[in-house]
Amino acid sequence: MNTPAFRLYVVLAILFAVLVGQTSRWTVFDAEALRDNALNRRGLLEEQRIHRGALRARGGQVIARSVEGQGGTFSRRYPLGQLFAHPIGYSYTDIGRYELEAERNDELTGERDDVGSIIDQLAGREREGDQVTTTLDVDAQKAAFEALGGQRGAVVAIEPETGRIRVMASNPSFDPDALRRRGALKELDKAEGSPLVNRTTMGQYPPGSTMKVVTATAAIDSGKFTKDSQLDGKSPQIISGAPLSNFSNEQFGRIPLTTALTHSVNTVWAQVGVQLGGETMQRYMERFGFYDRVEIDLPRQQRERSGVFVQGHGIQDMTSDRVDVGRAAIGQGGLLTTPLQMAMVASAVANGGKLMKPTLTDRVVDRDGRTVERIEPELLHQVMKASTAQEVGDMMASVVREGTGTAAALSGIDVAGKTGTAEIIPAQNVNQPWFIGFAPRTNPRIAVAATIERSTGTGGVVAAPIAKRVMEELLR
Amino acid sequence: MSARNRELFALIPASLLITAGFAAVFVQRDDLLSNVSLTYGAVFLGLCFAAHMIIRFTLPYADPYLFPLAAVLASLGLVMIYRIDDELAREQAQWFVVGLVVFAATIVWLRDYSVLERYRYTIALAGIALLILPRVPGIGAQVNGAYLGVKLGPISFQPAELSKIAIVIFLASYLRDTRQVLVQGGKKIAGLPLPRLKDLGPLLVVWGAAMLLLVFIRDLGSSLMFFGAFLALLYVATNQLRWVTIGLVMFFAGAWLVANTVGHVQGRIDAWRDPFDPELYNASVSGSYQIAQSLFAQADGGLFGTGFGQALLNLPGGGRLLPAAETDLIYALITNELGLFGAAGVIAVYLLFAERGFKTAMLAGDSFSKLLAAGLSAVFALQVFVIVGGVTKLIPLTGVTMPFVSYGGSSIVANFILLALLLTVSNRARAPR
Repeated sequence: MNTPAFRLYVVLAILFAVLVGQTSRWTVFDAEALRDNALNRRGLLEEQRIHRGALRARGGQVIARSVEGQGGTFSRRYPLGQLFAHPIGYSYTDIGRYELEAERNDELTGERDDVGSIIDQLAGREREGDQVTTTLDVDAQKAAFEALGGQRGAVVAIEPETGRIRVMASNPSFDPDALRRRGALKELDKAEGSPLVNRTTMGQYPPGSTMKVVTATAAIDSGKFTKDSQLDGKSPQIISGAPLSNFSNEQFGRIPLTTALTHSVNTVWAQVGVQLGGETMQRYMERFGFYDRVEIDLPRQQRERSGVFVQGHGIQDMTSDRVDVGRAAIGQGGLLTTPLQMAMVASAVANGGKLMKPTLTDRVVDRDGRTVERIEPELLHQVMKASTAQEVGDMMASVVREGTGTAAALSGIDVAGKTGTAEIIPAQNVNQPWFIGFAPRTNPRIAVAATIERSTGTGGVVAAPIAKRVMEELLR
Repeated sequence: MSARNRELFALIPASLLITAGFAAVFVQRDDLLSNVSLTYGAVFLGLCFAAHMIIRFTLPYADPYLFPLAAVLASLGLVMIYRIDDELAREQAQWFVVGLVVFAATIVWLRDYSVLERYRYTIALAGIALLILPRVPGIGAQVNGAYLGVKLGPISFQPAELSKIAIVIFLASYLRDTRQVLVQGGKKIAGLPLPRLKDLGPLLVVWGAAMLLLVFIRDLGSSLMFFGAFLALLYVATNQLRWVTIGLVMFFAGAWLVANTVGHVQGRIDAWRDPFDPELYNASVSGSYQIAQSLFAQADGGLFGTGFGQALLNLPGGGRLLPAAETDLIYALITNELGLFGAAGVIAVYLLFAERGFKTAMLAGDSFSKLLAAGLSAVFALQVFVIVGGVTKLIPLTGVTMPFVSYGGSSIVANFILLALLLTVSNRARAPR
């Protein structure tokens, strides 16, 4: 009976080996899929037990922090309320995470690689989140909201040399603290004015004449025009088979490009666009970041693209037959941009043609105050030659000095800028006013974009003062 | 070194494990090392030492590793249960004391275990009666749709635990007498010798019992364990695979039929097939919540685990995330906290235990002893396979305990009896003649 007994033992040993194999399947091979399973709430519950790191403004003010509740769990508080709902977002166990809270989740929860977590375990350290210091400025953000004065719109301010975002304001906003109440998110989702939408990165608006900065860049940098090139400014003119007029049908003779920008002459810039052609326009737009989801530290679905949208065909390249290059060159013809994209246009011109990667994060700091990671400035594209940037900057300075953008002028500081007034419903005088610009003219320290939804005013009248207010605050 | 001294030294790992384990759970809880952990270790060690002395005086030649292996499992179980709930751990420790008394009594009464053969039919009847108890109105208790428990006032126990021993004793004794007859073949069909129809009788009876078990207590796992032990013994007794083959075919055919007719068994199989089906997952009875949570818990373990006392076990608002963590799903918690390596270690300890059991069977001088030792080892190993296989979704999840590790009085007492019997057989087998 010994032989069958031994064989039986061998069979049982094999069965046990299968058990170990099956265990390794769940612990190692399929573990990732199990953790991602929608029914698995362990990750969320686990995270509730982690002291999530605070989010701070540039000056150290707390934007979000975690407080301990019952049973060793933590929940999020947002002491500044509506001010930074965008772009900080929120983080709650039952409704998930949004915006920067989502994008910097690994840092905020202290997610480490395998080796790091084993070392932590051996050292008996409890998992703790790191703090994230953002690039955002509390006073300037407040100024932006005050300047918007309750109007729906968006303001973005970037440090041109580094790409650091100083202001990212989207109105209407919401109070992230209020989302702790069950059902609050659903209500907000349906609320008037879409407060959950971060208009600076998700809002797509016709940029109007602010687009002429891009066209001017393409014109000069490609070598086909100079700022003194003369074109006919009479209105209307036939562009792509249809008549195009200047604002208020204003008439100009043969004028240089600088004058055409200063007074925002549509017919001149549309001709420039047509003469440059779709290919050149496409090249420069892509260098500025159009046609791509802006590489900023926000979740992908919260970053919209800028470009020409054709009804029924989605986003189209400038080279497409469906695109009217002349009208796109003056910010019409289905061209839609995000406020962040237009701030990047101003920023690239301000920084000698170098477009820096925009960032919301300055550094990651651990509980002991050590800097774990510092976000270094990163060059995204060399959009244009430094000389082009100089010339386009001069043209923009003239806009604020003597053209449509005088309302953005600061005392004692030269400002460069461009206004825009995209007509949404011309019959009712409903516009999308814009202002983009930077200051000071030499060694710029800040670039801005400000826009308002469905306003009866023009860019120079309603948007320029908002930009001015924010620049003033940031240059103090 | 004598066998008993080897046994004494082999207890060191168990004592280290329990002390380190309690210390780890304490550190995790209070950030300070309480001397209670050392007390627990000392008390457990004292119990082990007492058991060791019993063996030393009554069974001087018994296998030196069986008891220390059981002690390692028991200490791990105690740490895990303590980590779940202090109160449960205290009760479990008390059951260890009871188990030890029963252990000593078994050794003393059954030093000549051949008396078991005389009462084999009584024992068999007792075993079957025990199995049917949970269906007796008034005392039977239904847990998750299966009838595995009995409740008598404040005391509840799982009779299947004791009944597995009774049935192995009966089968060992019965097969000792009949194995010669079973070996003889009948007619051959296509070169395969078929058993004679009249010899098939006992096989059919036990198969019928297993099916009844499946229908009555509605538990595929215990049914598989019992029938598997029967087939294992049949194979050891006859050395013929045809019995095993016929038996397995009959079992799975029967199980398939029953599964399609008995709702609870069907539900368990559905839950096993697709645990992440939202409808099954949210079902209040016979759903897949348990097995899904078991797999989620294991996934969090990874290679090294989260460490003693670190796994996520309770919901913040109160209540368990991992159900039945101290009984059926304790393996999932072990995997969560000790990782793949820890879990594999536990399986290895069970395998070593079974190896010592089969070694005892091979060393034993007479057929009954051989069959008894092999049968006890097989049923022990199969129980581990059934529960760990269920927790890891290898087979449908069922409600049997992990021997020596899971919480539960009847489980501890029954497994101490099993251990005592194995040691007694081994004492006779290894005694110098």
